[in-house]
Amino acid sequence: MTSTLYVPRDAGALSLGAGEVAHAIAREATARGLELQLIRNGSRGAYWLEPLVEVATARGRTAYGPVTVADVPGLFDADFLSGGAHPLSLGPTDAIPWLASQQRLTFARVGIVDPVSVADYVVHGGYQGLRRALALSPDAVVERILGSGLRGRGGAAFPTGIKWKTVLEQPAGQKYVTCNADEGDSGTFSDRMLMEGDPLSLIEGMTIAGLAVGATQGYIYLRAEYPHAHRALHQAIAAAYQARYLGADVMGSGKRFDLEVRLGAGAYICGEETSMLESLEGKRGEVRVRPPLPAIKGLFGRPTIVNNVITLASVPTILHRGAEHYAGYGMGKSRGTLPIQLAGNIKRGGLVERAFGLTLRELLYDYGGGSASGRPLRAVQVGGPLGAYIPASQFDTLVDYEALGSIGALLGHGGIVAFDDTVDMARMARYAMEFCAVESCGKCTPCRIGSTRAMEVIDLLIEGRETQGNVRKLEELCELMVQGSLCGLGGMAPFPVQSALRHFREDFGIRS
Amino acid sequence: METLSSSQGETVRRIAGDLKGRPGPLIEVLHAIQAELGYVPPAAVPLVASELNLSRAEVHGVVSFYHFFRSTPPGAHTVSVCRAESCQAVGGEALAAHVRQQLGVDFHETTPDGRFSLEPVYCLGNCACSPAVMIDGRLHGRVSPERFDALLSEVDRKR
Ligand SMILES: Cc1cc2nc3c(=O)[nH]c(=O)nc-3n(C[C@H](O)[C@H](O)[C@H](O)COP(=O)(O)O)c2cc1C
Ligand code: SF4
Ligand code: FES
Ligand code: FES
Repeated sequence: MTSTLYVPRDAGALSLGAGEVAHAIAREATARGLELQLIRNGSRGAYWLEPLVEVATARGRTAYGPVTVADVPGLFDADFLSGGAHPLSLGPTDAIPWLASQQRLTFARVGIVDPVSVADYVVHGGYQGLRRALALSPDAVVERILGSGLRGRGGAAFPTGIKWKTVLEQPAGQKYVTCNADEGDSGTFSDRMLMEGDPLSLIEGMTIAGLAVGATQGYIYLRAEYPHAHRALHQAIAAAYQARYLGADVMGSGKRFDLEVRLGAGAYICGEETSMLESLEGKRGEVRVRPPLPAIKGLFGRPTIVNNVITLASVPTILHRGAEHYAGYGMGKSRGTLPIQLAGNIKRGGLVERAFGLTLRELLYDYGGGSASGRPLRAVQVGGPLGAYIPASQFDTLVDYEALGSIGALLGHGGIVAFDDTVDMARMARYAMEFCAVESCGKCTPCRIGSTRAMEVIDLLIEGRETQGNVRKLEELCELMVQGSLCGLGGMAPFPVQSALRHFREDFGIRS
Repeated sequence: METLSSSQGETVRRIAGDLKGRPGPLIEVLHAIQAELGYVPPAAVPLVASELNLSRAEVHGVVSFYHFFRSTPPGAHTVSVCRAESCQAVGGEALAAHVRQQLGVDFHETTPDGRFSLEPVYCLGNCACSPAVMIDGRLHGRVSPERFDALLSEVDRKR
């Protein structure tokens, strides 16, 4: 009998040795004369258990982890192919509490399916959303997205349905669907995991978007730092063409949708949507002045949808299971679920998809297990390098766009980076400005020059020189950048600095 | 400015010819050139410009805007160390210092023997396994200074 085994091809799992483990398993099986079907799945997102090896048994999938090459012969000896007991045994994968308590809608298939098999995708509910969409009018599809309450997951949280409606209302002609897969925010990796673990859900979401607004061409703008995601997307797109889910006759509907991947080239600003469009056109990624909105004049001057990976990958489930089903999750104006990413100094880091409305504390301690170092957590940065630092005293804040906004923070792309009590917040503030200076597109002075000036002032504060005057100078520079910058890079880079100044005064030498 | 070797010129012309029919092709052309030659030689700029009907300033402007494109040949191996927040939270800066010392060069530099180029990177999407390092396109997580040394000698042996 052939046993079926799963060893992730996810970049994070590979970074911990999953590739070597897969080879060792194959070698050992051959040596023992056993037949194996080795599937390279995505990651379940529990990175502290990676490399996580799963075996299909009569009672469902059973997990072992974290597995090293040295563990492999012992696993065979323990008959893990039949789910045998072993010190690394984690029991049925679905019953691991960290996973069982999640609410996975967008990530429902990640870690479960073979990411580049259309057949496996379809067996697990794939292409049901597109099937539904093909039976509806474009207006009705857009209506469903509106009704789901879905807001953009790239950071700005703009209602996706309104964006689509605008593109739909533009006169017929060449229109585009573009996917922002630049994922530049540090502390975030949900786009990467999805593209490596279930790229077909993104492809399906983009196809639905194309049908809804009358666009026949899609582009995925992928950051160059993600070679593994690039390979997975390539394979999945080729498979979708082969099975006629892409191309001239999508699912026999007579409608066309073409899709290709374009690589970025290491510029954080190209995640900003107008800069991304410039870059897709092959130009310098300089931010465009708005209006016009991309929905009206976007790629090559044509009406264009720009949406984040997670936004688009959430579309199939909304069409398949209904807008009400999706909107039934969440709180207030934050509907649905959010794939949250736990990173930094945290014991159990990884991907947690839950309905909006958990507290930071639940995430950091119930899921995260506290710091990796064993020391007390002192701060978290939420929402990437432009997000505010939040002190431990505010860990009861809810993960919700409005709740975080009310304490002067932002949710962004849903990354949470934890720091223990050894962190020096003045250094983190300096880094925020250094990052802004390195990544500024150079179009406006407050961002380009202000960030460098702010860095110098923070250096003086770190040296303990003229604290009072320099704090005032820093506050003024921050204000100037917030008010005078054209885009969110210069306009938000002060947020981590201002929040650090507010909550961690002692690190700047301020006696209060 | 150094001139292109005839085979380099050949390569650049072939790539530009193959891709110039595509919408907004410049960045794709530069990616393809760097994939084959290891970098975008400054002398390739006028050639790319004339093949794609762009001005030299436009092509140069794009090459210089993007961190990923390099105008000097890379070392035999490229080491990229993540410098962003999640990695900093678990010793990323100490690791960066260690790497600089081991290689004897700073970021954006190549060792004099041409074996290693060292580049900073701002997040590799491996933040649940920080600190992260990429060596020749291979990603590594939870990299301690000791683990880095082991990885380095592994790559060096392969050369
Ligand atoms: C400096 C800056 C960087 C950004 N980086 C990203 C990014 O990497 N990925 C992303 O999806 N959105 C990013 N955004 C947000 C985009 O501009 C845009 O709002 C988003 O792609 C729209 O898609 P959504 O509505 O699905 O979120 C960035 C914005 C700014 C100002
Ligand atoms: S704020 Fe900075 S990144 Fe944004 S447009 Fe101005 S210079 Fe460019
Ligand atoms: S030149 Fe900026 S990353 Fe190397
Ligand atoms: S911050 Fe280093 S990998 Fe994301």
